[in-house]
Amino acid sequence: MTAPTRAQVLDWLDDVKDPEVPVLSVVELGVVRDATVDAHGGVTVTITPTYSGCPAMRVIEDAIREALELHGVPQVQVRTTFTPAWTTDWIPESARAKLEAYGIAPPGRAHADEEMVPLRRAGDSPRCPFCHSSRTALRSAFGSTACKALWVCAECTQPFEQFKAI
Amino acid sequence: MGTPNPALATALLRIGDDRLVLGHRTSEWCGHAPILEEDIALANVALDLIGQANMVLQHAGTVEAAGRDQDALAFFRDAFAFRNALLCELPKGDFAVTIVRHFLHGAYSVLQWEALSRSTDPTLAGIAAKALKESRYHVRHAGEWVIRLGDGTDESHRRAQDAVDALWPYTGELFMQPADEATLVADGVTADVSHLEPEWRRQVDGVLQRATLNAPVAAWMQRGGRDGKHTEHLGRLLAEMQVVARAHPGAAW
Repeated sequence: MTAPTRAQVLDWLDDVKDPEVPVLSVVELGVVRDATVDAHGGVTVTITPTYSGCPAMRVIEDAIREALELHGVPQVQVRTTFTPAWTTDWIPESARAKLEAYGIAPPGRAHADEEMVPLRRAGDSPRCPFCHSSRTALRSAFGSTACKALWVCAECTQPFEQFKAI
Repeated sequence: MGTPNPALATALLRIGDDRLVLGHRTSEWCGHAPILEEDIALANVALDLIGQANMVLQHAGTVEAAGRDQDALAFFRDAFAFRNALLCELPKGDFAVTIVRHFLHGAYSVLQWEALSRSTDPTLAGIAAKALKESRYHVRHAGEWVIRLGDGTDESHRRAQDAVDALWPYTGELFMQPADEATLVADGVTADVSHLEPEWRRQVDGVLQRATLNAPVAAWMQRGGRDGKHTEHLGRLLAEMQVVARAHPGAAW
């Protein structure tokens, strides 16, 4: 078979979903940083972890390898980089809309406060992904996975998760 | 394998072991925290810290160039070979001790990662930039709890003040710059931790004041962890952390 193009590889990888957030692909999430194709059609995919301790990284690595092998790529290498550090700002608008439709509030813009423990947290509260009310309150800064926080809607009383902005 | 750099390997152990030991200590709360939200929070913080340790110890193994990876460094070293600050190995105590320690060490972590994100070692700089985001999140969470506990009920105030008093003598070690890192600091590879203390003190004082808590007046500061001289608590922590890996070397699942 002929060697795939980089665009083709990235297109294939768009079918690999995040195991914890199956509505987003690893490309949309920004976990896949690059793909290169060598002269023999072998592919090297560069990924970056969302969180240092994210337990899904190994699963993602295996899923990438499997997806490309399914498309006939003879040799798949997955390498990990920490630079530049992953940020939720890489998640595009289209993917944010998918997140909200799935019931997870998308992240706000990542920022660093001047003070380590500001009296009032900067940044807007997410709107409820179910009833779209802006009357929401943080219930827990940490959630079911490393990348999410737990909120509750005061309007429809529905608890919901938000992608933490980092 | 590249040229061994034992000085950098030791410096990286000091950074990585802090997170590994504190991360494991924090994981002891899993299933035991006072409320479900904090159980989840502490487990998440522990996971982030162990993830940070994983990155740093992997790098330490590479620059040590002695064939040890991060798992070998985590599970097959004995207490005297660990270089974490004593603060990280103390027992988990009550919730106040856990939260106050996370705040005191977290504020140090933010400043240390900030400084290390400018390291001339690109791998270390990358790890630091990544870990910095997580540590900022952790310290904000811990700091908000310090304020709630300190400025809460009589009982929570008493426990929070007791925690500050008990942990304070272990904070000095964080800012004692090891003499054997002089060349690394001069080359911009690692950061001189003694330079971090004024800003740490400013941030800590601001939160303690809002929490109606008092920092003890300068007292004797404990030290030894950075040189491998530990309290009795580290050995017991390691015994639990390392037992499975040592009972089944090379096991994978």
